[in-house]
Amino acid sequence: MTSAEMYREHILDLYKNPHNYGELKNATHKFSEFNPLCGDEITIQLIINNNKIEDIKFTGKGCAISIASASLLTDEVKGKTIEQVKNLSSENIIKMLNIPLSSVRIKCALLSLDTLKIAIEK
Amino acid sequence: MTTNTDIKIQEIRKDFPILKTEVIYFDNAATSQRPQIVIDKLKEFMENENANINRGVYTLSEKAMIRFNESRKVIAEFIGAEEKEIVFTKNATEAFNLLAYTIKDLISKEKDEIVLSEMEHHSNLIPWQEFAKKHSFKLKFIKINSNYELDLDDAKEKITNKTAILSITQVSNVLGTINPVKELIKIAKDNKAITIIDAAQSAPNIKINVKDLNCDFLVFSSHKVLGPTGIGILYGKYEILNKLPPFNFGGGIIKNVTWENSTYIDAPERFEAGTQNVAEAIASAEAIKYLNKLRMENVEEIEKELLTYALEKLKEIKDIQIYNPGKDKSVDIISFNLKDIHCHDVASILNDYNICIRAGHHCCMPLMSKLNVAGVCRVSFSVFNTKQEIDKLIEALQKCQEVFKQ
Repeated sequence: MTSAEMYREHILDLYKNPHNYGELKNATHKFSEFNPLCGDEITIQLIINNNKIEDIKFTGKGCAISIASASLLTDEVKGKTIEQVKNLSSENIIKMLNIPLSSVRIKCALLSLDTLKIAIEK
Repeated sequence: MTTNTDIKIQEIRKDFPILKTEVIYFDNAATSQRPQIVIDKLKEFMENENANINRGVYTLSEKAMIRFNESRKVIAEFIGAEEKEIVFTKNATEAFNLLAYTIKDLISKEKDEIVLSEMEHHSNLIPWQEFAKKHSFKLKFIKINSNYELDLDDAKEKITNKTAILSITQVSNVLGTINPVKELIKIAKDNKAITIIDAAQSAPNIKINVKDLNCDFLVFSSHKVLGPTGIGILYGKYEILNKLPPFNFGGGIIKNVTWENSTYIDAPERFEAGTQNVAEAIASAEAIKYLNKLRMENVEEIEKELLTYALEKLKEIKDIQIYNPGKDKSVDIISFNLKDIHCHDVASILNDYNICIRAGHHCCMPLMSKLNVAGVCRVSFSVFNTKQEIDKLIEALQKCQEVFKQ
């Protein structure tokens, strides 16, 4: 695919102004992870109460795909239960992003979900 | 204006079949491309001469043995070494591991430090981290200055009589920096330290003479010098190489075997247990012969011209950060970042133009943290790259900035 298909406006907007970016005060859960396609890292912080995600924020250095994906994911999981989060799959992420992805860049897209799933266990 | 070099490059391009795909290949530091004669050699050996080497009485095996030994000689001469000083490994990484596994007994008791630099590749870092943990040694790192060069004063401070090993890259795979290894080796020798040179990025780009460098060991890989994968080269000064115990055990390295015990042959075959990558070793020598025919002086000249041109053009781009010490202190490896655009995204957009660059940490994660980046973009040239390709790179980088502009 060409970059024109990947870097659609919604992706670029979310990269430049990601939702839920920053430090979360009073976080109950936190986890950091690196992308095996080197060069991305992400930290996810959550407030989990009564098995539900009350609030979530992320920080990190990453490419447009990983940041846009983290922005969409953190919006999606606010208010959801732990069970619902555990059931999220790579297909959900790819659908949320709504762009074609090479097998290599899929790892960028999935970094936030992989990190989130570990963070909720801690 | 077409230079003599441009004309030479056009001739050289005919030798590389992959260029027919019109790929703009700027990732030669990761792996180089293969000239047709190297590819043909592999095929020819497997079609007409294939047999296992060593102790085969029949002609086919004897011929394969001769070819294999000749290959060792060609590669030895390429770096100014003797045949018996060249060990074939699987790749450069394995060569470093071989040393880390076998070198302990050569180190005097009062020495417990290993000196590396801040620009080492993981393959010349992690084996020593594990060695240090196992044997309670300390690791020290020669600092990089603000011009992406090694700080020699810091080197003189860090290399002391406690230094067991100095293991340094001759050329940085990220910064392109050519290090003053001859001088560093002298300092290490004055302190009776064992010296190891990572030549993975220097062997393709600079004429090497190990006797002139006076290093104890030197490592590089064939697939970065136009050869196939599967062959790494470990050079060791014979008197020290022959003191190392075997690293891999099995057939091919023994004098005598009983039920309980084995005795081992001399270097270099002592380190080549099991069937070696015979065809690949022979094809590797073919790659070296190709470079010899081009002459390393010409290789250096071509690459200097490409480096100079690329640095000039890259510097004209707004909002670019270049991590390179300059054309007089570097080979043709240039790392850079565009402001506020992640290196993956740059590499993706460049891919639209059929331009291959590497983006990420380049197996130098500690260096990335020193540069305070998650990753960098890297272009690395070879003898078949052109200025027109560099022009396309500049165009593509400007497109990246357009896509990501605020």
